[in-house]
Amino acid sequence: MELAGIAAYLVSFFTFVGIYAILALGLNMQWGFSGQFNIGVAGFFAVGAYTSAILTTPESPWHLGGYGMPFLVGIVGAVVASALLGLVIGWITARLRTDYLAIATIGIAETLRLIVANERWLTNGVRGMSGIERPYADFFAALGLSSAMGSLIVVCAFLVLVYFLVERARQSPWGRVQRAIRENEPAAEASGKNIGRFRLEAFVVGSAIMGLGGALYAHYFGFLSPEAFLPLYGTFLVWVMLIAGGSGNNKGALLGAVIIWAIWSGSEFLMSTALPEALSGHAGPLRVLLIGVLLQVILIKRPEGLLPETTPKTVPFGKRD
Amino acid sequence: MIRIEHLTKSFGGIHAVNDVSFEVERGSITGLIGPNGAGKSTLFNMVAGLIRPDSGRVWLEDENITGRRPHQLFHRGLVRTFQIPHEFTRMSVRENLMVVPPAQSGENLLQSWLRWGKVRREDRAVLEKVDEVLDFLEIGHVADERAGNLSGGQKKLLDLGRTMMTDARIVLLDEPGAGVNRTLLGKISDAIRRLNTERGYTFCLIEHDMDLISSLCHPVHVMANGMLIASGSMDEIRNNEEVREAYLGGGISGRMGASA
Repeated sequence: MELAGIAAYLVSFFTFVGIYAILALGLNMQWGFSGQFNIGVAGFFAVGAYTSAILTTPESPWHLGGYGMPFLVGIVGAVVASALLGLVIGWITARLRTDYLAIATIGIAETLRLIVANERWLTNGVRGMSGIERPYADFFAALGLSSAMGSLIVVCAFLVLVYFLVERARQSPWGRVQRAIRENEPAAEASGKNIGRFRLEAFVVGSAIMGLGGALYAHYFGFLSPEAFLPLYGTFLVWVMLIAGGSGNNKGALLGAVIIWAIWSGSEFLMSTALPEALSGHAGPLRVLLIGVLLQVILIKRPEGLLPETTPKTVPFGKRD
Repeated sequence: MIRIEHLTKSFGGIHAVNDVSFEVERGSITGLIGPNGAGKSTLFNMVAGLIRPDSGRVWLEDENITGRRPHQLFHRGLVRTFQIPHEFTRMSVRENLMVVPPAQSGENLLQSWLRWGKVRREDRAVLEKVDEVLDFLEIGHVADERAGNLSGGQKKLLDLGRTMMTDARIVLLDEPGAGVNRTLLGKISDAIRRLNTERGYTFCLIEHDMDLISSLCHPVHVMANGMLIASGSMDEIRNNEEVREAYLGGGISGRMGASA
């Protein structure tokens, strides 16, 4: 591959990593801090993506739209819509614990995907929404940069912002209460904490972050179809990233996004070249199997992930005299 | 300070607590004893807001607190510990205590994002208090340890420490001495006495260790089969025929007479 090709590949690689890292940070807020087992990440991802797409695209006979709003309005709309969804779901499931919450959230995510696939007036159904622009392209063109490079820069800028907010949340007394609730609910309640309120806050903020990831995905990829929000891509990969990187640790979420995306996209290349003829038709499922096996190995060998959770640096460490 | 009126709770056909009434006087260390299954913990859980009574009322001073949630009771100065220590396992001992103080502005996420300076200043004040508590309980040497790694007795002390991180007025202790060795037990009992005399805490505690009860508690209430069967000083309790019967037909003399 020539140099320009490699550069273009790397730009696309890291843009996807950035988007997935944002999703993983959102999930870290819910699972890593607060211990809420949301396996409906894809649902919030989808709501963010479609909201921004509908708000920003020009009029089309194929789906709801024609608002032609600016990029930032699309982003804010995506964040607000997924936060509201998180608020409703979080409120309804407030009394559910771990596995029950998991069942509820995966059900809701699948419901949303089916709505997206069937309500053609809204989303053009399975044929998908195309023509979602990169509204920031002109700005970067003026700087002599490609729109793909522009996407990378925009995604990275949002990633930095999200990382800052999520890491500060972790270091704060708010994050401390979240971890306390995760570790021991009765004791947190006996310590005067309103568990329902804290859990809901983590759920809503995490959902909003996932929605932001969805919006960035929509504008980068330019095309949305329900396929992109299958549990495999929208939920499972994000979970593997967080667990492999180290749940509770925001740097772990970033590292997990890089490593798992490298393995995931690398395996596509590997399977297409190295797989024997007889198996070449099974490349897709084999990649999923590979990720599944990897997850098992991590859970057995390093259950806390590559970068285990650390005590926030706001808590002094060191023996006192 | 706390007045329990006709509290009743059944689980299925079993009367776990049956029409129990008594009062915990301000400034007292009130003991609650009774054989296993007497309903002591159920009674505690009703007072602490974890279980709703079928009938009866609980008063804190002049307020009816029946059915209030534990976090609401906390803010009224009623704090409890657990029979099995409830620590925040994967958090440091220091962090375990830092969680507790009420009204930390950093517990509001927006404040933490926008007013970090203020949040940090408050945190430093909280830390000073944490160090005080650790010193008081003499567990400063494990401040950085994950709470899950502490011994059973140290966890009990940490549990007691939690009650000291707020302006508690009344503390419910569920078996503070369970599974604790003699040395540590002495320390826990000293801590309770000092909190009572120096800081004016009122205590109500469930305990099986009769030495601890007789050295700390006055008055003592005895429960058996969900009912209150006796109240009074430890000496009166020891000589109460019904109480002796309740503890396995006189077996109590062996358990209760040890320090007499």
